[in-house]
Amino acid sequence: MPDPIEPPPAVTIRPTRSWVDFDWRSLVAYRDLISLLVQRDFTARYKQTVLGPLWYILNPFITTLVFTVVFSRIMGISTDGTPPMLFYLCGMLGWSYFSNVLGATSNSLAGNAGLFSKVYFPRLVPPIAATLSNLLALGVQLATFLVFYTQQLLSGAPDGIAAPGWRWLLFPLLAVHMALLGLGVGLVLSTLTAKYRDLQHIQGFLVQLWMYATPVIYPYSRIPVEWRWIAALNPMTAVIEATRWVFLGTGSVPSSTYLLSLVLTGGLLALGLIVYQRAARTFVDTV
Amino acid sequence: MSAPIIEVSGISKRYRLGQIGMTSLRDDLQRLGRWLGGRPPAAVAEASRDFWALRDVSFSVAPGEVLGIIGRNGAGKSTLLKILSRITEPTAGEIKLRGRVGSLLEVGTGFHPELSGRDNIFLNGSILGMRKREIAAKFDEIVAFAEVGEFIDTPVKRYSSGMYVRLAFAIAAHLEPEILIVDEVLAVGDAQFQRKCIGRMQEISHGHGRTVLFVSHSMATIRRLCQRCVVLENGRLKGVYPVEEAIDQYNRHFGPAGLDLEVSTRPRDWGTTGEDARLLRVRCVNERGLFFGEPFAVELTLQVNKPFDALMTGFCLNTIEGQRVMTIDSDADRQTWQLQPGRYVVRIGLPRLPVSPGRYHLSISIGQGRHFADIIDGFALWEVQPGQNDFESDRGFGGCRLTSETSIRPA
Repeated sequence: MPDPIEPPPAVTIRPTRSWVDFDWRSLVAYRDLISLLVQRDFTARYKQTVLGPLWYILNPFITTLVFTVVFSRIMGISTDGTPPMLFYLCGMLGWSYFSNVLGATSNSLAGNAGLFSKVYFPRLVPPIAATLSNLLALGVQLATFLVFYTQQLLSGAPDGIAAPGWRWLLFPLLAVHMALLGLGVGLVLSTLTAKYRDLQHIQGFLVQLWMYATPVIYPYSRIPVEWRWIAALNPMTAVIEATRWVFLGTGSVPSSTYLLSLVLTGGLLALGLIVYQRAARTFVDTV
Repeated sequence: MSAPIIEVSGISKRYRLGQIGMTSLRDDLQRLGRWLGGRPPAAVAEASRDFWALRDVSFSVAPGEVLGIIGRNGAGKSTLLKILSRITEPTAGEIKLRGRVGSLLEVGTGFHPELSGRDNIFLNGSILGMRKREIAAKFDEIVAFAEVGEFIDTPVKRYSSGMYVRLAFAIAAHLEPEILIVDEVLAVGDAQFQRKCIGRMQEISHGHGRTVLFVSHSMATIRRLCQRCVVLENGRLKGVYPVEEAIDQYNRHFGPAGLDLEVSTRPRDWGTTGEDARLLRVRCVNERGLFFGEPFAVELTLQVNKPFDALMTGFCLNTIEGQRVMTIDSDADRQTWQLQPGRYVVRIGLPRLPVSPGRYHLSISIGQGRHFADIIDGFALWEVQPGQNDFESDRGFGGCRLTSETSIRPA
């Protein structure tokens, strides 16, 4: 018989009364499940598609192409001197990971109802795994961006592109910021969707509207000064601009705005964790 | 004697009726509107909509014990298991678990159809709470138990349902938790695999000293596996009894309510109206119920409204899946009656009920030749219990096991 992995801790089951009941230990105990779920996402998602993982590249690429044609060529929206393709690719680099995480986690409760009603594991495992498994798409997107960036740089370095520098090292921190924000909002939405299924249908619009309210397809500098305080209340504004600053050297958001974004992210994440955990405890009773 | 491995004290679980399912946004907005407008919320007494699935249930389980949990549908068995396996929280009370819990509430939970059997073993194992290296150590044993052989690298969506279930049970059965919770899984797979599962459960409890909580409607399996049983009744604990006494309690409770049925106003089936002749009542003569291998008799009360030359009656049992396992029609023995209008009681008897223990829907009919006057098909559920000294009926003899006139001679 194999040696016992760890001594069984005595578990007490009782109704939870406290507001914040965050069980880090059980998440650690289920780390293998998290990694297996991430693996499953990788292998299962594109298993029956012809192009397979190529979709990771094609998705943002096609979106960028559409943006370039519609917003830059037809509507003539300024990109502040940055080559449009690069401008949109950089904007999408900041936006897609956030919106993918939001989309993937916002169905954590309703989408796992079948599983949750049959077996216990920490209810935070699926959203965390979804957040991690979307990192692959982010990586591929980053690579795509870098290929275009290099191509532009080599073909005579137009204005509006900074040379690579130390700032690039800040991108992982930005990615963490996006992940936590996406997760926080996703958890809040997931809790609401569990109660009001109507939200499932609204969510798509919501994300789209949010994108247009964020300087993804237009530069921050085009936002009228008297409206900038509203833009600052959108935590994604600072994230997108910071992404541009990291890679292109063009972003121009005050550090106070970034600080506010961090505070809002922390707040949303805390709110998400609290309401999600509360809802998850008795969620199966209402399905 | 060591400390109990499970201590359940005063567990209650309340469900809110009327609030089950998703509230739609509109309802809540309306409620908000009412509240803002200063009107009282829709007048429904909240308390009256509460439903207590469990009320103040306490018991404890010693390490290594196989404890059965029995009770009628709605008695609270499933709720109790859900709380024990931490799927939902109790409303009140406390449970102490001194060991890891593995639950087997439904096999195959979390299988991903696109992934191979191999990947699913790891995924499912870790959903059930095993660490990766535990699964790796058990891998070969699981594959061998499941008998999936060379299909281990095929996506499980291409598995036959039998293979699927076998793989799922194999994973769960090789969990190494100190406490294993099992609900009705033995209803899956073919008879041979079921025997293997029962064997495995005995092995888990006896050989490995694990504690097993076992919920089943099959008294034969309960009798075979358990030493003690928790008997639940309408969410309350009736008691914890030695297995024979528990089954007796269960049977007694199950008995009279459903064994004498008024059927005159039930909807009719197969286009019959019951005008010329009508079934009024069906009653199992033995008030304790139906027992495999023991004498059986049922009485049908009928109202005959016009003269018949050759009236006959039928009594049938169908499985819950709808398959007929037994038909007794008086016609088969040329037992028909010439009857004038009036009321009659038909008694149908068998010296030895051959139908395997389980739950069956009744079908009853009256007719003449090919013309049926009245049919009530697949209604009340009757349970056939294993007989008092029956250790054979769970061994997979199919729907019926008959006595016969058998002889042998040199060929």
